[in-house]
Amino acid sequence: MPYTKITENVGYRSLRLLEEVGKVSLLAWETVRGIARGQVNIKLTLDQMVKIGVESLPLALVTSAFVGMVFAMQIAGEFVKFGAGNYVGGVMGIGIARELGPAITGIVVAARVAASITAELGTMKVTEQIDALRALGSSPVRYLVIPRFLAAMTMLPLLTIFANVVGFIGGYLVATYVSKVNPVEYIANARRLLLLWDIYGGLLKTVLFGMIIAIIACYRGLHTYGGAKGVGEATTSSVVTTLISLFVVNYFLSILFFK
Amino acid sequence: MIKLKNLTKYFGQLKVLEGVSYDIPDGRSLAIIGPSGCGKSTLLKLITGLEEPTGGTIFINGTDILTLNEDGWTNIRKKVGLIFQSSALFDSMSVFENIAFPLREHADYGESKISEVVKEKLRLVELEGIESMMPAQLSGGMQKRVCIARALAFEPEIILYDEPTTGLDPITSVAIENLMIKLKAGVTSIVVTHVLQTVYRVADDVVMVHDGKFIQVGSPEETKRSNNPVVKSFITGGLKNG
Repeated sequence: MPYTKITENVGYRSLRLLEEVGKVSLLAWETVRGIARGQVNIKLTLDQMVKIGVESLPLALVTSAFVGMVFAMQIAGEFVKFGAGNYVGGVMGIGIARELGPAITGIVVAARVAASITAELGTMKVTEQIDALRALGSSPVRYLVIPRFLAAMTMLPLLTIFANVVGFIGGYLVATYVSKVNPVEYIANARRLLLLWDIYGGLLKTVLFGMIIAIIACYRGLHTYGGAKGVGEATTSSVVTTLISLFVVNYFLSILFFK
Repeated sequence: MIKLKNLTKYFGQLKVLEGVSYDIPDGRSLAIIGPSGCGKSTLLKLITGLEEPTGGTIFINGTDILTLNEDGWTNIRKKVGLIFQSSALFDSMSVFENIAFPLREHADYGESKISEVVKEKLRLVELEGIESMMPAQLSGGMQKRVCIARALAFEPEIILYDEPTTGLDPITSVAIENLMIKLKAGVTSIVVTHVLQTVYRVADDVVMVHDGKFIQVGSPEETKRSNNPVVKSFITGGLKNG
C-alpha cells in the first residue's frame, strides 16, 4: 500500500513538473515571437537594464572579487607546494572565464533580480493590475516580460565581463602577494593558457542564464495566487527554481562548450 | 448588443455558470445581483476575455469574441471599459500615467493631446488637479473614480462595473452612482453588485445569478415586488418581514 501511495505521489509530481515546464516554454516562445514581431518597448527595456544590470553591478563585483581571491588562495597554496606556481595564472584565468565569472554573476542576478521580478509581477497579479493591463488592451508579455527578458539577456554578459576582470585581479593580488607567485609568470601563463573561446563561451552561457532567470521569474510572478502569502511563496519558489535551473544548464553548457 | 449564448464556466469541478443565455440591448443598463461567490464577477471577466468559458460563446456587436485573434481583442477591449472592484490602478504610476496608459498603448496622440484627454476625464469624474498623485495617496472612492476615468479614456461603448460601490461610505457610494447615471447616455452597461441601492438607482433591468443560471427579474421596481422566493430572500436578506 505505501508503495502505491509513493508511486502515485511521484507520478503526480512528475506530471506537475512537466506541466510547469510546458507553460514556461510557452511563455518563452511567446516572448521570442513578440521580439521577432518587433514588440519591443525601448524605454521599458532601458529601465530594466538599469535595474537588472547597473544596480546588480556592486554586488557582482564584490562577490567575484572575493571568490577570485579565495580561489587563488586555495589554488596557489597547493600549486606552489608542488612547484607548479607558474601555472596559477592560467588555471585562474580559465576557471574564472569558463565557470566562476558566469556562475557567480548568474547566481547573484538570480538571487537579486528573480526575487524582485517575481515579487513585482506577483503583487500586480494579486491586486488585479495584470488583469487591468489586459482589459486595457495591452499584453503582459509585451509590456512586462519582453523588457525584462531583453534586459537580463544583454546585461548578464556585460556584468560577467566586469566580474571576470575583478575576479582575475583579486586572484592576482592574493596569488602574488600572499602565495608569492611570480607576477610576470602569473600574467604570462594566463595569456598562454587562456583562449578567446574560454571567454566567449563563458559569456555565451550567461546570455542563456539571463533568459532563464527572466522567463522563470516572470512566469512565477504572472502565476501568483493567494495574496501576500502567495507572493512570498512565489518569490521563494522563483529563486530556488532559477538557481537549480542555472546549475543544471551550466553543467550541460560546459560539457558542450569546453569538453 | 451583448449576447450570451449557452455560456458555461467551471473552475475544476466547481460550477459557476451553466448554460446562461441572455441579450443586453444597446444603451441598456443591466444589474446582475447575487450573493458573493456566485459567479457575477466571473461573467465580466468572460466578457473581457480575462477568463475563457468552458462552453458557449459571447457576441459583442455581432462578433463572436471567442474567435478573435490578438488584434481583434485589442479592438474589442478599446470598446469595453472594465471598472474593477479593487480599482486595480497601476500602483507604480501616477494618476496621470494611469489614465494616459491606454492612450499611449493604442492611440497615436502627442503629449499635449494625451494631457488634454486626461484632464477632460478627470473633470468628468470630478477629480481635477490630482494628476501627479500616486494611487496609494487616494481614498477608496477616489481610486474608483480614477479607475472609471481610465476606463473612459477611449470613450467605450460598453462599461462593465464590478462591485462599484461595495465597501464605500454612503456619501461616496451616492457620488459613484451619480457618476454612473451621468455616464449611462448612449452606453451599454453591466453592473455587478449586491448593493441594492446601486441596483435601484442605476439599472434598467435586473437579473439574479442563482445556481449558475440567470433568474429574470425585470426592472428595479419589479425586483422590489418579486415573488420569486430566491430573489425575495436575497432582497430582504432572509428576513421574513423584510
